[in-house]
Amino acid sequence: MSVAVAELATRSRVHYLNESYGIKSWLLTTDHKRIGLLYLVSITFMFFIAAVAALLIRIQLLEPNGAIVQPETYNRLFSIHGIIMVWFFLIPSIPAVLGNFLIPMMIGARDVAFPKLNLLSWYIYIIGAFFELYVVIYGGVDTGWTFYTPYSSTYANGHVFAAAAGIFIVGFSSIITGLNFIVTIHKMRAPGMTWFRLPLFIWAMYATSIILVLATPDLAMTLGLMAAERFLGVGIFNPALGGDPVLFQHLFWFYSHPAVYIMVLPAMGVVTELIAAYSRHRVYGYGFVAFSSFGIALLGFLVWGHHMFVSGQSVYAGMIFSALSFLVAIPSGIKVFNWTATLYKGSNSYDAPMLYALGFIGLFVIGGLTGLFLASLSTDVQVHDTYFVIAHFHYIMVGGAVTAYMGGLHYWWPKITGRLYPDKWARLAALIIFVGFNVTFFPQYVLGYMGMPRRYPIYPPQFQWLNVASSAGATILGIGYLIPFVYLIWSMRYGPEAGPNPWHVKGLEWQTPSPPPRENFEETPIVTEEAYAYPTRPRGSARV
Amino acid sequence: MIHSLFRSQMMHSHHALALFIFQGGASTIAPQADYVFYFLLAFSFFFIVLIFGLILYFMVKYRRRSEDELAEEVKVSLPLEIAWTVIPLGLCAIIFLWSGTIFFREARPPARATEIFVIGKQWMWQLQHVNGAREINELHVPLNVPVKLTMTSQDVIHDFFIPAFRIKEDVLPGRYTSLWFQATKLGTFSFRCAQFCGTAHSMMVGTVVVMKPDDYARWLSANAPAQSMSATGQKLFSQLGCGTCHANETSGKYPSLAGLYGHPVSLRNGSTATADESFLRSVIVNPSGMQIAGYAPSMPSFQGQINESELLDLIAYIKTLAPEEKETASR
Amino acid sequence: MSEAAIKQAGRPILEEHFADLPAQEEARKLGMWVFLVTEVLFFGGLFTGYTIYRELYFYGFEQGSHLIEVKWGAINTLVLIVSSFTMAVAIRTAQVGKRSFVTISLLLTTALLGVLFLFIKLYFEWFHDYKEGLFPGVHWDYHGPFAAHVQLFFVFYYFMTGLHAIHVIIGVGLMFALAYLTWRGRFSPRYYSPLEVAGLYWHFVDIVWIFLFPLLYLIGGRS
Repeated sequence: MSVAVAELATRSRVHYLNESYGIKSWLLTTDHKRIGLLYLVSITFMFFIAAVAALLIRIQLLEPNGAIVQPETYNRLFSIHGIIMVWFFLIPSIPAVLGNFLIPMMIGARDVAFPKLNLLSWYIYIIGAFFELYVVIYGGVDTGWTFYTPYSSTYANGHVFAAAAGIFIVGFSSIITGLNFIVTIHKMRAPGMTWFRLPLFIWAMYATSIILVLATPDLAMTLGLMAAERFLGVGIFNPALGGDPVLFQHLFWFYSHPAVYIMVLPAMGVVTELIAAYSRHRVYGYGFVAFSSFGIALLGFLVWGHHMFVSGQSVYAGMIFSALSFLVAIPSGIKVFNWTATLYKGSNSYDAPMLYALGFIGLFVIGGLTGLFLASLSTDVQVHDTYFVIAHFHYIMVGGAVTAYMGGLHYWWPKITGRLYPDKWARLAALIIFVGFNVTFFPQYVLGYMGMPRRYPIYPPQFQWLNVASSAGATILGIGYLIPFVYLIWSMRYGPEAGPNPWHVKGLEWQTPSPPPRENFEETPIVTEEAYAYPTRPRGSARV
Repeated sequence: MIHSLFRSQMMHSHHALALFIFQGGASTIAPQADYVFYFLLAFSFFFIVLIFGLILYFMVKYRRRSEDELAEEVKVSLPLEIAWTVIPLGLCAIIFLWSGTIFFREARPPARATEIFVIGKQWMWQLQHVNGAREINELHVPLNVPVKLTMTSQDVIHDFFIPAFRIKEDVLPGRYTSLWFQATKLGTFSFRCAQFCGTAHSMMVGTVVVMKPDDYARWLSANAPAQSMSATGQKLFSQLGCGTCHANETSGKYPSLAGLYGHPVSLRNGSTATADESFLRSVIVNPSGMQIAGYAPSMPSFQGQINESELLDLIAYIKTLAPEEKETASR
Repeated sequence: MSEAAIKQAGRPILEEHFADLPAQEEARKLGMWVFLVTEVLFFGGLFTGYTIYRELYFYGFEQGSHLIEVKWGAINTLVLIVSSFTMAVAIRTAQVGKRSFVTISLLLTTALLGVLFLFIKLYFEWFHDYKEGLFPGVHWDYHGPFAAHVQLFFVFYYFMTGLHAIHVIIGVGLMFALAYLTWRGRFSPRYYSPLEVAGLYWHFVDIVWIFLFPLLYLIGGRS
């Protein structure tokens, strides 16, 4: 009886999801939470397109001579897989979905600084996405996501111009999001929310936003020049017309290496939140974790040349970029050690988001350490442009960024929807993803070391068993990603009510009802304590 | 049946794996690069075990036993923070220097290396020996002799990759890049294109055949065409009218080519360049980019009039031109 | 932005998600600064490319620079500098509460100077160059020495001045919008941050030109 009354009370409460209904109330919303959800739906859609491409790639590689498609088609598959996954899923994933939803709530603000621009950024994303969908439907593009010249500008078949235009456009969406976050974090913090009381997710997002704002315009310009060369037939990067193809690589990686940190820094921010929440511990070395984000963002801008050790650039440039690339590993290491230390003497639980967070650390450690093989010059020569590189960056981008995104989605799901998901299924999915991921991508390290180049639809037979193993793993991984898709949607209707703080954790976002009201907080919160101020028992005292 | 097919594949690839990991590569640089690789493997293994181990240990030992259990207070230790910053940094510095030194060695071909020229095009490799012998997707080289590859592309960027030798370098249109190796094992080894170059990228593969030096010499003469590269280059030199300005140049109006190769040249913008293959190539196709000090910029560009293979012949000829003036002076 | 708010002359309009007006104004200014940083990087890629190629193909670029007229570049520099001045004065008049007529005419002058700049650019330069066959890929009729590198120069010339011109067009649009808002009485000494923010943008567009002019015209143009 009382349960029914309580349910009725929650039902009747006005929150951001039920304050207005209808398509228009969503498409014209300036609510950061609704915009976050618009992004969630859009990037999930794009993820499935790119995932289908990945699936076809893995089927093709079951046989050395190609199981299903011709090389022309295969080239289109990996190109569209890369383009969509990088620009239309990974880069917007944590920033545009979780960042949009959480940044104002975590700092005690009513919205981001520029809500209308925020909505505009989503529309820009959608326009860019339509260009890529056009490319997919009307015959694809075969340049790879890297668009190396002069192949892309002169020799490639397919819709290079449309694909580049889509990326050019979606770049403005990134820039607006980054700009909005920087201003929001600077100017919209609640009274008492000093810089060193900010949750570390906010620090990570701030560093990410700086990269978004500084790196993205360079990509826009580079792709613009490439498209001009292709469209007008004038020489910019094509040496036959007086251009320099390596300049394109410099300009491209000046964006695209920092772009890796656009993906992984927010992931690190999410994981920091999860570790603190499920160990009920203040994050060990708060300042070190906060500033290592900036270390990564800064150094991330100075290492682009490690993509070009064998591109014909000078040996000395190679030495400098190698040294800087080793250096960028250090702040990442600092984070990993501090996360591990946070677990020490914690009150550690095994909730699903925690399993994702631990999975992230494991996969990120493997991905990060194998990054050293690529920073090191003489070993990079062997594994550059092979499956070793593919394995390495999938460990960082999928094992790292996507795992953290999944963890974050689970952690904040009750806040977003007001409902709990079935925890047993969630833990099972986390395990399946971890196992499936390793089975898929670990064999690729071996393949790369043995000398299998990337982007090979047809390969020597001795590489087959490792490819078969990888494809088998991909099936497991695919199932792992489908399970949450099903139960999360299920939970929106049938999940139990979550209440404002189902995990009993700290953080402003948990001090307001779930789902939150339109203006986030009934009244502006006043912050009086640092982040993660969990009560602890004194040192050396016995457990209760 | 599928099962047995799979098993034979497994056997085959186990063999390949063993060849790779236990027998090392087949060039002088391979074991050096492999040692760094193994060291990095050990380094990674150590940190993976350390971190996975600690996480599992903490997760079990400090698992939450009751709903409202609190964590224990932990003070942040500055020495610990410094330790896990500085120790990895030191280890990284060692790997960087060690690996970088090897890379330097890889980038500097020995002076007496046998020269072979590589032209990549969609989608095949053309390899040419100094005596004019040409092969497609096959490369014959002598054992235990340093070999230098001078490489260029006729269209897009390719990459010449010999996994067993642990070497790889992009092959660019419009310029020369180089690669060198000294094979240490007889036999055949694969080479592959490692830079995505279009539809048949994965078919742009070939075989290196490492032969005893005697066998190689025999193979070379058996496959020699009527003309060596430099002889073809000499013919081109007169056909293209290079001789109008550059042959027997004594007037001082045009730069003399005699003894030019390998020597420093002062440029108009004040810098100095060494007259190597890349320099000669850029002067021929892009004279405006390489103005020689003291001469009017009157040389026309030969871009489009001469293909990559002919350019290599022409350069081979220029390299043979003896330093006349010095000779006369010494006489 | 309700009707009532617009009618009340000079009343600041606080968007509901901001705590107070100063916070809102600071946020807007910071937003514009961050945007300008993005813009610097936007042009930065082009400037880098230009610099590298100018170094590689010095003679071609010198030759290319000879083919565009310093005269028009110089006049346009002057036009933009004057427009920056009128913009600055427009903000000042709003700040000290001069009659809106003064601010409006200054804003319109700024806009018209922007239009003049675009007209000179379009008619006396681009159109003229196009007729002479100096438009790479569309109408290219230059066969002098270093043709490939002269073409490269012109690719950068059109890219850089074109991107700049897009910025001027946006700026002109902003000026007209601000003049309209001033006419509707939206601004007062208490509230004029949109003018300031637009001013930042306009000055930035001006500064970009100050860099473009010597890079493109002064490395060897005919006078």
